Amino acid sequence: MTAVSETCGVVVEIGGLPIRLRCSDRNFVQKIEERYAGFLGASNEAAFDFEIELASPGTEAGDEDVRVSRNSAGWLLERGDFRAEWNPSTARGRIKQTTSPYSLDSVLRIVHTLLLARKGGFLLHASSAIRNGRAFLFSGVSGAGKTTMARLAPPDAALLTDEISYVIPQNGSYHAVGTPFYGELAKPGENLEAPIEVVYLLAKGPENTIEPIEGVAAVRGLMENILFFARDPEFVKLVFDSACEFVTRVPVRRLTFVPNASVWELIV
Amino acid sequence: MSHPRYVARSTAIAARPLGDEMMIMSATTSTLFTLNEVASVIWQAADGVTPLDQIVTTKICTQFDITPDLALKDAEALVEDLASHGILLLSDKPLPPTAGSRGVAP
Repeated sequence: MTAVSETCGVVVEIGGLPIRLRCSDRNFVQKIEERYAGFLGASNEAAFDFEIELASPGTEAGDEDVRVSRNSAGWLLERGDFRAEWNPSTARGRIKQTTSPYSLDSVLRIVHTLLLARKGGFLLHASSAIRNGRAFLFSGVSGAGKTTMARLAPPDAALLTDEISYVIPQNGSYHAVGTPFYGELAKPGENLEAPIEVVYLLAKGPENTIEPIEGVAAVRGLMENILFFARDPEFVKLVFDSACEFVTRVPVRRLTFVPNASVWELIV
Repeated sequence: MSHPRYVARSTAIAARPLGDEMMIMSATTSTLFTLNEVASVIWQAADGVTPLDQIVTTKICTQFDITPDLALKDAEALVEDLASHGILLLSDKPLPPTAGSRGVAP
């Protein structure tokens, strides 16, 4: 007797890019639906298709380093808990991963960094929120205060993410888009979008101050926080060009802040 | 008498002028470099066929208040440093033109 498993799928749409995820394990598909609840595609249309195969528990490797490389068949994304092959030209890919939805989260982050690079956008280590119709990004390394800024946000601010901001060029400006990628807040962002008003590079200090950062320092500050996994030369150039272009259009500032709600009085 | 030295920009980099400075990123190591105004002039003139001493004479000494000997000494130190990071190619012979030496992104 031949065992035939029915594959079911779900479309996850982040930054306007619908990606279909298929898996024969219905329970896992349900997990995906719950994890990306605010980001499920409205229709069944998808720009890319991924087939997910779940690895048996205990088969994952221990190493944690992400490796992203490219060959004639497309991109290869690897970490101890997943291995994904993806060919952008055929719009199809395969993911072998553990049952943890966080493995899928990592694959999606990488896929979006690769796709955004071609569009002049990027993912930034930053929390972000929309206030008065404009998006404010708060960027920094782990511990800089991204989640703190998100927690301190006033009720009139719509939180896009507390961890990974989605930046995309649009009609001559840059927009921030909500993502399901979260950090310590453990809460997905709202699926909203707004033009970016400013990027703040975070530092904690004795008082709330804002200083402009320009030119080389702005690019350097931004590059330190842009996610890019691939060491592919063409990809690195794309990301660098995107960062340089971004700082010519969006102000970058240093926000030194006291971690209490008073800092948001400056964010208007 | 020392032999002429030739310099050419590596193709494995991304570069962009920002104000008077030049920002360069190594595409192989993702390391960022910033060149000051003088270094930027040398970088942009590094076409692989113009000897370094000629670049110094025609591009540096005519624009900046510096003696040729000192300018050449500084330029040699600079190109050796950049070459050690793989973002500039250095040779005793003219270097063939490459895609990366045709220009710098605006």
